[in-house]
Amino acid sequence: MDLFIRYVLNGVGNGAVYASVALALVLIFRTTGLLNLAQGEMALFSTYFAWKLTSLGLSVFVAIPLTVVASMVGGAVIERVLIRPVHGPDKSPLNVLIVMLGMFLALNALAQLVFSDDAEPMPKPWASVSSPGDPTGADRIVELLGVRFSWSVIGLVVALLAECALLYVLFQRTKVGLKLRAVASNGASARLVGINSSAMLMLGWALAAGLGALAGSLVAADRGSVNPGLMAVVLVYSFAAAALGGFDSPVGAVVGGMIVAIAEALTTGYVKALSTIELVVPFALILLVLVVRPTGLFGKKVVERV
Amino acid sequence: MSRTHLRIALGVVVAAAALYAPYYFQPTMNQELSRALYFAVAAMGLNLLTGFNGQVSIGHGAFFGVGAFTTAILMDSHGMTFELTIPLAALLAAAVGVLVGIPALRVRGLYLALVTLGLAVLFPRIGQKYVKGRGGVALVRPDRDGFDSLLDALANDQWQYLECLAIAAVLFLLAYNLTRSRIGRAMVAVRDQEVAASTVGVNLARVKVGAFALSAAYAGVAGSLSVMVDRAADATDPTVAFRNSIEFLVAVVIGGTATIAGPAIGALVVVLLRRETDGLIEGKEVLSPAIFGAALIAMIYVLPGGVVGGLRKLTDRILPARDGEPPGPVAAAALEPEAVATPGGAGAGPHTRAPTTKEKP
Repeated sequence: MDLFIRYVLNGVGNGAVYASVALALVLIFRTTGLLNLAQGEMALFSTYFAWKLTSLGLSVFVAIPLTVVASMVGGAVIERVLIRPVHGPDKSPLNVLIVMLGMFLALNALAQLVFSDDAEPMPKPWASVSSPGDPTGADRIVELLGVRFSWSVIGLVVALLAECALLYVLFQRTKVGLKLRAVASNGASARLVGINSSAMLMLGWALAAGLGALAGSLVAADRGSVNPGLMAVVLVYSFAAAALGGFDSPVGAVVGGMIVAIAEALTTGYVKALSTIELVVPFALILLVLVVRPTGLFGKKVVERV
Repeated sequence: MSRTHLRIALGVVVAAAALYAPYYFQPTMNQELSRALYFAVAAMGLNLLTGFNGQVSIGHGAFFGVGAFTTAILMDSHGMTFELTIPLAALLAAAVGVLVGIPALRVRGLYLALVTLGLAVLFPRIGQKYVKGRGGVALVRPDRDGFDSLLDALANDQWQYLECLAIAAVLFLLAYNLTRSRIGRAMVAVRDQEVAASTVGVNLARVKVGAFALSAAYAGVAGSLSVMVDRAADATDPTVAFRNSIEFLVAVVIGGTATIAGPAIGALVVVLLRRETDGLIEGKEVLSPAIFGAALIAMIYVLPGGVVGGLRKLTDRILPARDGEPPGPVAAAALEPEAVATPGGAGAGPHTRAPTTKEKP
């Protein structure tokens, strides 16, 4: 039983990360109908930026917010300069896919060129104890009701809850959020009633880039370091999470992230044959859900007209 | 000069150049060109699936890998001749293609891209777990003798190039004929409007799964040829299947989607681009993907219809009328979607479309 709880808690920590990145994917998908393949590498670039700030002596509590703001500007610029000219109802969807693949390759390489091509220690924004051999220290453990929680799990879950609350308030309680939802549900009509849909598209990408930056910085802190391959794996799981929940559903992203991560933790914990091929788990899940329910658990079915 | 004459002249020049190339270049360049040829075969396979049938795959690196390992293992452990392993590699890859194609019937567009992406990510891990070559790693390296030239007049690199060229030529001809047949038209109909295609009697499942199998077989043959050119089937690098998948797709789009010459041109561009960017600056290997990525984005900007699309535009300007076809708005619209695009681009599309959807009940 203890082992079971430990596996589940590991899963919840990872699930919070996958859910954050999946939320970013969903944000972009809802506003532009695109699956952002470069999301992980955008986050990787931001994470190296955050590491650079901390290595210059800034506190991690200053560095991460600064990174999030800078990434939001970067995300808006990417939408305006790289995506918009090649994306549209009358343009080939493959072209925008190639541009995103180009971004995927170039951003990963740029992060290594500009910052560092090595694993770099990322300070933890939660309680840790210093341990020899580990520059950022090990996670502190708290015991609650006989269950041992690691601070990293608590930190990751709190960050996810904060993100969800912020997004909920933004989308449901503000005018900007209303405009964003209008553009997502019907771009043409939204323009007709005077909503600046271009600005909303840029805002969607900015929010996604910001979410990705936060998720990247936190997962780097959780793993102790940031390295060039960090986000590629996270992105695969987040894709799984978003597909599971349905690409147009933020709730689905969070639920999907948790399901994927807990399923991964349990199966790799109990089934030894799956070691090194643990990636089978998310894809088996995706395949299962897509075959039974092609739009994901929370996705809306789109009716096609001929 | 009419378009047909231009095409024939161009075809003769390209064929002559392709046949003369192995005598003109050094062995390293011949190897590079052979690489471009097997790349072209894989890209043609993907083009049949993505370009003509509309099913996007980012997982063809896995079919390619299946072909490569089939050939390498059959040669290494069972002593088979290289040429004999090619049809077996194609068959096995096609079988895997059917296995993927059946669940793919349920999913479309982005979701399909995702499922196939999973295939590319999983493949090397499965290879690492179950394939044990020499040294216990997932790398099988058949003996060099298996690929030696059977003709005294040809050096090994020339022989390999010509073998790749012959196989590629046959497969391209097959693709050309297929896309102009009843099956090819059914594939295009499914791509353009699935529901409408099924109402006029196209068997959706058969066409889509068939396209997947055929496309996977092409990738399998390409993988098989890669063992001859690169001397090994390798799954030790977990990103290799993913990178291949991306580069096949890039070759299709850069060359020209849903065209016959496109994948060949795209493959040549990708292979040469990679060769030029690799080792551009000593000790900065990471610069190569940065330039490769930037070059991709730049090419999409300059040639949104791929190289073939760009060439068609150019000939349209020089030779305004098509053979036996009056220059009219219908022909222009069919040939160049960009030409009829409204100036507002992304923003204006839905406006112009909205009334047509409302008219229908």
